[in-house]
This record gives sequence, structure tokens and C-alpha cells, in this order.
Amino acid sequence: MPDISSDRSAATPPPRTSVWLGFVAFAAVIFAQTFSILTSPADRDMGHLQKIMYVHVPAAWMTFLAFLVVFVYSMRYLWKQNENDDLLAASAAEVGAVFNGLTLMLGMIWGRPAWGVWWVWDARLTSTLVLFLIFVGYLALRAFVDDSVQRAKWSAAVGAIGAINVPIVYMSVKWWRTLHQPQSSPGTLDPAYTLGLRLNAIALLLVLIYFIRKRYEIARLERAIEDFAQAAAMGGK
Amino acid sequence: MKKSWIIAGAAIIVAVFGWLMFGGLQKNVVFFLTPKELLAKGPEGVNVPVRLGGQVKPGSTKWDAKTLDLRFIVTDGVKEMPVKSTGAPPQMFRDGMGVVVEGKAGTDGVFQATNLMVKHSNEYRAPKPGQNAQEMYKTLITNSSK
Repeated sequence: MPDISSDRSAATPPPRTSVWLGFVAFAAVIFAQTFSILTSPADRDMGHLQKIMYVHVPAAWMTFLAFLVVFVYSMRYLWKQNENDDLLAASAAEVGAVFNGLTLMLGMIWGRPAWGVWWVWDARLTSTLVLFLIFVGYLALRAFVDDSVQRAKWSAAVGAIGAINVPIVYMSVKWWRTLHQPQSSPGTLDPAYTLGLRLNAIALLLVLIYFIRKRYEIARLERAIEDFAQAAAMGGK
Repeated sequence: MKKSWIIAGAAIIVAVFGWLMFGGLQKNVVFFLTPKELLAKGPEGVNVPVRLGGQVKPGSTKWDAKTLDLRFIVTDGVKEMPVKSTGAPPQMFRDGMGVVVEGKAGTDGVFQATNLMVKHSNEYRAPKPGQNAQEMYKTLITNSSK
């Protein structure tokens, strides 16, 4: 019986993600959340509603980072046709879509009391929703295409072009007049809030790295099993 | 063949990018007009649905709790426009705050609002000593239970 960890398509064996990275990442989230909620005062205008910022803003940053990974590995796949690049891009897209959805949900929960409306079709909100739909479409496309080479090619094209929307989302509040506020900077943020925001960003970055690595590991194992099943069906052993 | 496909794709992306940054969208994806821009439209800006945005002129707010009649002036620092709205404003509505109102400018020069939104700035400030932070979530809960 062949060993499924030594699949033919890839020379390197699937990576093993240390469970400790997961522990450290989630401990960091608990620490950063506790620290920022306990230490930061209520905002002058919106009171404790400000606390949503500690997840909404870093989640948006992680969305951008995840889709940057999708862009880089999709381009690399188109260039080198290495299947592992495709699997890594898909893993980052899945994790990015989760952070993107989280950003949208928390933004709506904040918008209802702060703006008076759950949703408006301004440039920032619309472009963020479009980004979400592109990557949900990317994942749907992957589920529909059976041939792994076709799937990798098409999704690399969608992933690379779709990630072009990331700078548009980021710059939307500068290019166009929106209801959403422009980016905060240390100048517009009281020091009491800055450290908490940075700690949460580091914690969510660890979560992002852990999730993408773990998802990639699973994707590699799935591929190895597929290859094995195919070889068995061909009348191997 | 393959190379030309990539070049064509890249050219399309660059063109879309350029159009987004410098082209038509710059004018069309404006979420609201300032009082100056709306007044500059003259008769064309009257009785058409638009969004008007600006700052609530300090001292201009008049609120009648019995008739739920809310009047204030929206200013962009150059021009200003009186607004008439009905219903309780969002919790964060106050003098000096940024607002976006949906509605129509009347022939009398008063903007009839159908929807009022508060535009928060990118500033997050702790209250100064002696100042009370707004406990918004509490007022929200009491409002929604009524």
C-alpha cells in the first residue's frame, strides 16, 4: 500500500503546522481583546461602541493580507504551474473570505447605532462587498471544476484579477466621497486606543498565519488522497 | 499566443484602474453633495432626490419632541442649507457633527429630509476630564424596547 504522504505531484511532503502556533495565536487574541477592552476609555461620541474597532479594523487588514497572498501565489502558479501554489492561494482565499465577512458584519453592527443605518451603497461599503463576492465566487468556481489543472488555471486568473480590488477598497475613502470615515492614523486616534489596536492586529495576524498554514496542510493531504484514489482506480493496487 | 493574452489582460486592468482613478467614477461615485454643490445646480437641484452632506451648524438645531420636528442647518463652511426632518435623529446626532441627509430641496430653499445619517469622522477621542462619554448602547436598548 503506497504511503499517501509521498504524492507524485509534489516533491515535498505536506507541511506539518505546529499546534503550538494555534495555541499562541488564540492566547494572543484573548490577551489583546482583554487588554484593549479593559484599558481603553469610552469614546467621547460613541461610548463603548468604539470597542468594535478592535476586531473590525484588524479583520479588514487581514482580509487585505490574505488576498495579497492569493495574488502572489496565483501569479506564481501562472508562471510556474506548480500545483502547491494553487493550493496555497485557495487556502488564503478561504481564510480571507472569512475575515472579509467578519469585517462586513461588524461594520454593519457598528453602522446601525453610529450612522443610523445598517448599510449604504457608498464606495467603501460597495467595493468591500464586491471583494467578498469575488472571493466567494472564486471558491464556488473551485468547487465546480473537477479537473485539477483546469481548476488551478481558472482560479489563478480569477484570484489574481480579483485581488486588484484590494487597493481599490483601501483607497476608496480617499478617492471618493463616502459615508465611511477615512483611515484613522495615530494623529486622529488617542494614544489610549492605539496600543490596543496594534496588539489586536498582531494577534489576528498570528491567527491568519495559523489558519492559512493549517488549511494548506489539509489541502495538500486532500490532494494526496485524490491522487491515491485515482491511482487505485486505474488498476494499480 | 499565451503571452499576448496576458498582455491584453494586463492592459485591460490598467485601463480600468486609470478610469477608476481619474475618469468618470470620480464624479459619479460621490455619495453626497455639499450645500455649495447643490445650490450651484440652481433649479435643476430642486425637487430631485439627492443626498446632502456637511456639518450641523453649531447652534442651529431645533428639536420639537411633541411633533418630532427636527430643524437644523447643514454647512460646508462656504454655503449652508436649512434642513427639515421628521422623527428622532440617530443617537450621535449633535451640533458640529457630520451628517448626510437624503431627500429633496424644496422651492422655498428648505431641504426636506426623508432619511438622516450621521457621518463619523476618523477621530477617536477619550472624553476630557469632567466630560461624560455617551453611553449609546444603553439608550439604544431603552429605545428599542419601547
